[in-house]
Amino acid sequence: MSDYREMWSRLSLDVELHQQLLDSMGRKFGEQVLRQQNRPQRLRYFDDVIRGAHTARVQELIDHRNAGGKVIGTFCIYVPDEIALALGVTPVALCGGTPFSIPYAERTLPRDICPLIKSTLGLAFSKTCPYAPVKDMAVGETTCDAKKKTWDFLGKVANFHVMEVPQKKQATDAALWQAEVVAFAQRLEQLTSRALEAEELSKAIRLVNRKRKALARLYSYRKSEQPPISGTDALVVMQAALNDDAARFCGKLEGLNEELEERLTRGISVADGRSRRVMIAGCPSVMGNWKMHHLIETSGAVVVCDETCTGTRYFEDLVAEQDGSVEQQLRAIAERYMKIDCACFSPNEERIENILRLAKEYRVHGVVQYVLQYCHGYNVEALNVARALKEEGIPGLKIETDYSEEDTGQLRTRIEAFLERT
Amino acid sequence: MSEPVLGIDLGSRTTKILALRGGQVESFQIFDTDHDPVARVRDALKDLTFSAVVATGYGRHLLKAHFADGVVTEIKACARGAKYLCPECATVIDVGGQDSKVIEVTSDGGFANFEMNDRCAAGTGKFLEVMASTLGYDIEGFWRAALEAESPVAISSMCTVFAESEVVSLITSGADVKSVALGLHQAIADRLYALACRVELKGEVLLAGGVAKNNCVRQLLEKRLQRRMVVPDNPQMVSALGAALIANENALARGTGR
Repeated sequence: MSDYREMWSRLSLDVELHQQLLDSMGRKFGEQVLRQQNRPQRLRYFDDVIRGAHTARVQELIDHRNAGGKVIGTFCIYVPDEIALALGVTPVALCGGTPFSIPYAERTLPRDICPLIKSTLGLAFSKTCPYAPVKDMAVGETTCDAKKKTWDFLGKVANFHVMEVPQKKQATDAALWQAEVVAFAQRLEQLTSRALEAEELSKAIRLVNRKRKALARLYSYRKSEQPPISGTDALVVMQAALNDDAARFCGKLEGLNEELEERLTRGISVADGRSRRVMIAGCPSVMGNWKMHHLIETSGAVVVCDETCTGTRYFEDLVAEQDGSVEQQLRAIAERYMKIDCACFSPNEERIENILRLAKEYRVHGVVQYVLQYCHGYNVEALNVARALKEEGIPGLKIETDYSEEDTGQLRTRIEAFLERT
Repeated sequence: MSEPVLGIDLGSRTTKILALRGGQVESFQIFDTDHDPVARVRDALKDLTFSAVVATGYGRHLLKAHFADGVVTEIKACARGAKYLCPECATVIDVGGQDSKVIEVTSDGGFANFEMNDRCAAGTGKFLEVMASTLGYDIEGFWRAALEAESPVAISSMCTVFAESEVVSLITSGADVKSVALGLHQAIADRLYALACRVELKGEVLLAGGVAKNNCVRQLLEKRLQRRMVVPDNPQMVSALGAALIANENALARGTGR
């Protein structure tokens, strides 16, 4: 670890504070993830992705840039990785999942915005985000008001591009999104001084689809009566997906999937006959945040499905693979991303249908709606989700919380009571 | 039945221990929860003989490590205890030291939907305790004074810290202390009413927890709900009773070899 101190200081990080951050995240990772029993062996790689997020991965990105490549930071799964990859640009998710940096954000930002934004910006403000100085451009989007205004603020000090995600799903909205995808491609062409080529784009589409298929296969094992992997560990894999090199990640995940297949055959499971099967629906749990999964899985249940941005929303639906022109392929990309059922849409019936479908596919005993504090979209949409669950006779529990640990006693009572009822 | 079974409710403010023999309450004790709850409970159990213990309350897992055979949440325990005390009960409003909850009780003494307050002490016994002391009353004197007020002074903040400064500023600006006391009770009742609106109120509503002894909160809440509530003789023992009933069922299930 110590040989990275020089790298951090060259990146102008606050090396001491940064070490405190790593210690804090490492402690939580140990307590909430590594301490689990009966983990698949090949998770070790994904553990290392999490642990190496501020070390080896950063060095890799620096090397990538030194070799002429570019790096973009993203904050949302609406930003199409395919276009970046086709231009030799490496996308990395910059969302913060640690409470450590939140006080540094609250010195500037209002307190009553979501912990994800505060954590992310707190890392940048406190000079503990190694990606901030490494990225060539950041890409924001318009999935909530706090984010939009944050991008305005950051746009003054960093190279920034904002994609407008529409709020409805009419033909005019699809056309708007189509144009946004094209504009994003043009912006990346400018950044790289390269022109998007059909063959490269087609290769990138196939690569990202491969990643989606591997994640879908991972999720298919969770549908089993005897899930061979915990929800916490499936989340670790998902968090790694948002940070790691795409091709390498695919290979490692395919390897893990083989191990899971074998565990399934041999009846090695993280569940016993009494374990309740729970789906988490709603907001993402990004790197540094394992709170909800940990609470649920240490209360006698297994999380078998994540209907979140760090779950099904990330990998369901593929981009149509074709050998058409750049324009045709961009259209196919726009169509796939437009299917994401983020709560920023109105109306958003697809999401309710998806939740009910997933509840059946994964045979869940109950659904925990996970809402990050001040995320109004998911918080209010929870009403319609709760109503639909009730009509289907599926027990539901809504939890609104942030990254802190102060409410874990109360949350544990609510989760245990919810499980007693399922 | 030879030996009694125990239900222990280790709450944030008070600990309750109830012994049940042959389906009847044999003894009940209640004491403040302090910094060493395990020692206090061990002390209290010294002279008791018992065959099984089920723990509930926020300290249930701590008790499980030391004394208890099983744990249940206070939601489940409270529903069970309420059903035993009042067979027609279909809803419990339980207002304890640091949380308040509304529970839909099912006909078999289980529970369906439930709602709990958010993380802070707003709308709980702790809020009333802090406000009573700010106004210079003991707990009972506080609600008695509120009942004597003609009209309430509106309190806008439900945060314990902010409400305290609001109360201090009202008093220094010459507001009637009893009216402020009534305003604080009204604020709690409104908060509980909002929580109760989130579940379907049907059948008898039972009010449990330490705050059930506060007649002013009870009256104001009944007015909001437009219905009478059942208040058991000892509203603080409901969850301990429920835990003991569950301990009894567990013991019976074991006894018949199931």
